[in-house]
Amino acid sequence: MKFIKSDINLNFTGKSKLAFYISATMILVSFFSLILHKGPKYGIDFAGGTLIQVKLFAPASINIIKSGLDTIDLGKSSVQQFGDKEENEYLIKTDISVMTSQGLSGKVKKALEAATGNEVEIRRIEMVGPQVGKDLREKALFAMFYSLLFITIYISGRFEFKWILSGIMAVALMSSVYFLSFINLSSIPILITAALILAIILFWFLNLKYAMGAIVAIIHDVIITVGIFSIFDKEFTLPIIAALLTIIGYSLNDTIIVFDRIRENLKKYRKKPLDFTINKSINETLSRTILTSVTTLTVVIALFVIGGGIVHDFAFAMIIGILIGTYSSIYIASPILLIWQRSGKKI
Amino acid sequence: MKNFSWRVIIVFAVIIAAIVYIFPTINQGWWPHKKINLGLDLQGGMHLVLEVDTDKSVESTIERMTYEVRSLLKKENIRYVGIDRIEDTKISLKIRGNNNILSFNKLLDTELKDLRVLSKSTDNEILTMILNLPDNETRHIKKLATEQALETIRNRIDQFGVNEPDIRRQGEKRILIQLPGIKDTQRAKELIGKTALLEFKLLDETHDLNAALKGNIPAGSELLYQDNEDTATERAISTPYLVKKRTLLTGEYLTDARVQIDSQFNEPYISINFDKKGARIFERITEENVKKRLAIVLDNKVYSAPVIQEKISGGEARITGNFTTEEARDLAIVLRAGALPAPVEIIEERTVGPSLGADSIRKGLISMYVGGILVVLFMVVYYKVSGLIANIALILNIVLIAGGLAGFQATLTLPGIAGIILTIGMAVDANVLIFERIREEMNLGKTQRAAVNAGYSKATLTILDANVTTLIAALVLFQFGTGPVKGFAVTLSLGVLASLFTALILTRLVFDYLLINRKIKSLSI
Repeated sequence: MKFIKSDINLNFTGKSKLAFYISATMILVSFFSLILHKGPKYGIDFAGGTLIQVKLFAPASINIIKSGLDTIDLGKSSVQQFGDKEENEYLIKTDISVMTSQGLSGKVKKALEAATGNEVEIRRIEMVGPQVGKDLREKALFAMFYSLLFITIYISGRFEFKWILSGIMAVALMSSVYFLSFINLSSIPILITAALILAIILFWFLNLKYAMGAIVAIIHDVIITVGIFSIFDKEFTLPIIAALLTIIGYSLNDTIIVFDRIRENLKKYRKKPLDFTINKSINETLSRTILTSVTTLTVVIALFVIGGGIVHDFAFAMIIGILIGTYSSIYIASPILLIWQRSGKKI
Repeated sequence: MKNFSWRVIIVFAVIIAAIVYIFPTINQGWWPHKKINLGLDLQGGMHLVLEVDTDKSVESTIERMTYEVRSLLKKENIRYVGIDRIEDTKISLKIRGNNNILSFNKLLDTELKDLRVLSKSTDNEILTMILNLPDNETRHIKKLATEQALETIRNRIDQFGVNEPDIRRQGEKRILIQLPGIKDTQRAKELIGKTALLEFKLLDETHDLNAALKGNIPAGSELLYQDNEDTATERAISTPYLVKKRTLLTGEYLTDARVQIDSQFNEPYISINFDKKGARIFERITEENVKKRLAIVLDNKVYSAPVIQEKISGGEARITGNFTTEEARDLAIVLRAGALPAPVEIIEERTVGPSLGADSIRKGLISMYVGGILVVLFMVVYYKVSGLIANIALILNIVLIAGGLAGFQATLTLPGIAGIILTIGMAVDANVLIFERIREEMNLGKTQRAAVNAGYSKATLTILDANVTTLIAALVLFQFGTGPVKGFAVTLSLGVLASLFTALILTRLVFDYLLINRKIKSLSI
């Protein structure tokens, strides 16, 4: 069986302008949504606060639950349905993060049992203090930043044999960000953004074209995934960061396979123009790209539908990431090599 | 083919090792007794992060030193105007008279040489000096406080009785506690978080309590409260006491604390025993203060303030209060384990009930089966016999991950299950890469054997490159993550390694076996 004919020859690079507009629009929409929502919506892992998951043994409306909670002081709180409707589970969130040491769960249980007249089970409590939330936020950013740089070292090393050059560059960037973060000159998100932009500029001048293509594609994927999360008003939690890092790994996986074929074909078709070689490489690997996306999407969708409330958003992030990652390795990462050549550099 | 048989041995050895490691999880008691650990999110339990207020331990050290300096000066007959703790961690001194200043300066170089002089000025025969502790000493006190707090909490949890607790230091002043399967989380938190500083102080009976309540608190005394609950109305009652600030005896001399039941009122109380030194101090206090009231204070709450009837020797005392048996038991535990050197605060808590954990496992497994079966079907439909070979690899992949989890004693969490599910989708990628390559080579007109050879040799590097990057992301995640997320990084890394092994070595072996040993001319791919 075959989805893709082996002599397929679609003109991908010819549509790079269209792809560029599509990507630019998606990134702009992402930023717009982020600005509209005043930044990413942090879950309690990053914002601090308390989350309580309760299960009712008989259906009750959210209003009854809310009125029950009004009898105890929860500060700024919200109630939402969680998981499948017939499970009667709810998430109660508040921005207070100190009360769990004072029997908060017992109070919530009592108040809800009084309001609903039925037994209530406290299934999960998560409390994160404000300082821990801030620490985790910074750690998550550093994790993404470090993994990006490590990956670029590997790509530059494997594809262009520039292990030392890219290693020095990455270590210099990492250590300067690390030390600057101690001096508290600016906030860490700004610091890391600046470092990433600087990294792309350095890639350009140090002729690390494959690393640049890969990193631009990854940043593109992460921004759009974050943007779609923001549009759907979903929260960022630790598992979502895990999903983003996996997306980085996955998107790169795709990109590298195309790059690998480009490198191979560059030797094979020395006389042909670059866009021919790139197109040929994308077409040759297209079947594999689509197949792997299909199998990975299948399992992630299974997780999304059946996996239950706790992994729901994680699976959602993965679905978006796989789609965007597949798109970017075809339409973003490889055409960057073309831009490179058109600007008069040697490929 | 010598090469061939070696590969067979390696493959079988790896598979058998993985299966051996999985057995104990299925059937307890089997060798090698290494089960797959379930994370707190799957088996239920409590995860806490405490922060030790180490600044407080420095403050109390300075407070104690201020007291020591004062008694030292008294002993040496040096007259002083004032010695006080200021700005939390500094000692301020004022000494009048040249003779006094002279003998104090001597003392400064001998008995007090560990203190750092921050400022010194003499004006009109009055020496004003501010002292504090050197930085490395402060650091040492802080480090010690965290270590001591950790030991004390470990002690308390051991006595409380929790299966396989995990207690460790995290960073400079944080303590991570994992209590699997714990039911009464509230009680556990109270047990862990209590400072449990036991103090014996005299009541200030010379001054008027009512005047003190109006704000006129005499120097050297303080107001402390006793909390009770009226059993009939269930309302909290708070009784004030005017207590002398000076602590006569603390719980550091305790050797034992046990719950006893009062035969008269049938109420639990805690009987405490002091060591020899504590017993001597207690005897002296009771001897000197007969007919006065002695307050028993725990964490700045008065528990009782009995009148001392007579000198008590033997070093035994009792703490009463309207305890339930549980409260009394927990209190005895914290007293036995000792006080925390500084207060602690719970800054992170994650509690999962056992029923939710079981639900998560069930849902995770179902999604794994559904996703797995869909992928397996897809591979057979798309690649026929070769797809079957890839499916064998896929199933072995999961066996290897499970064996790896047990063998490395890693922890399986809910995101970890998600990682395995993701691996199922991504593991076939390596095989897809190889199969597509083989198809390409066959399109060029090569025989199947040659196409398989070319396909593997060309795809191997690509597969390595693609998987190393995922591995890099997973390793960074492992470094950064806590608990559940770490579990995801572990299964993802194991999955990548397993899929490299199955795709590059195992399926190759199957192809070689079929094409070379069994001389099959063509395999559907």
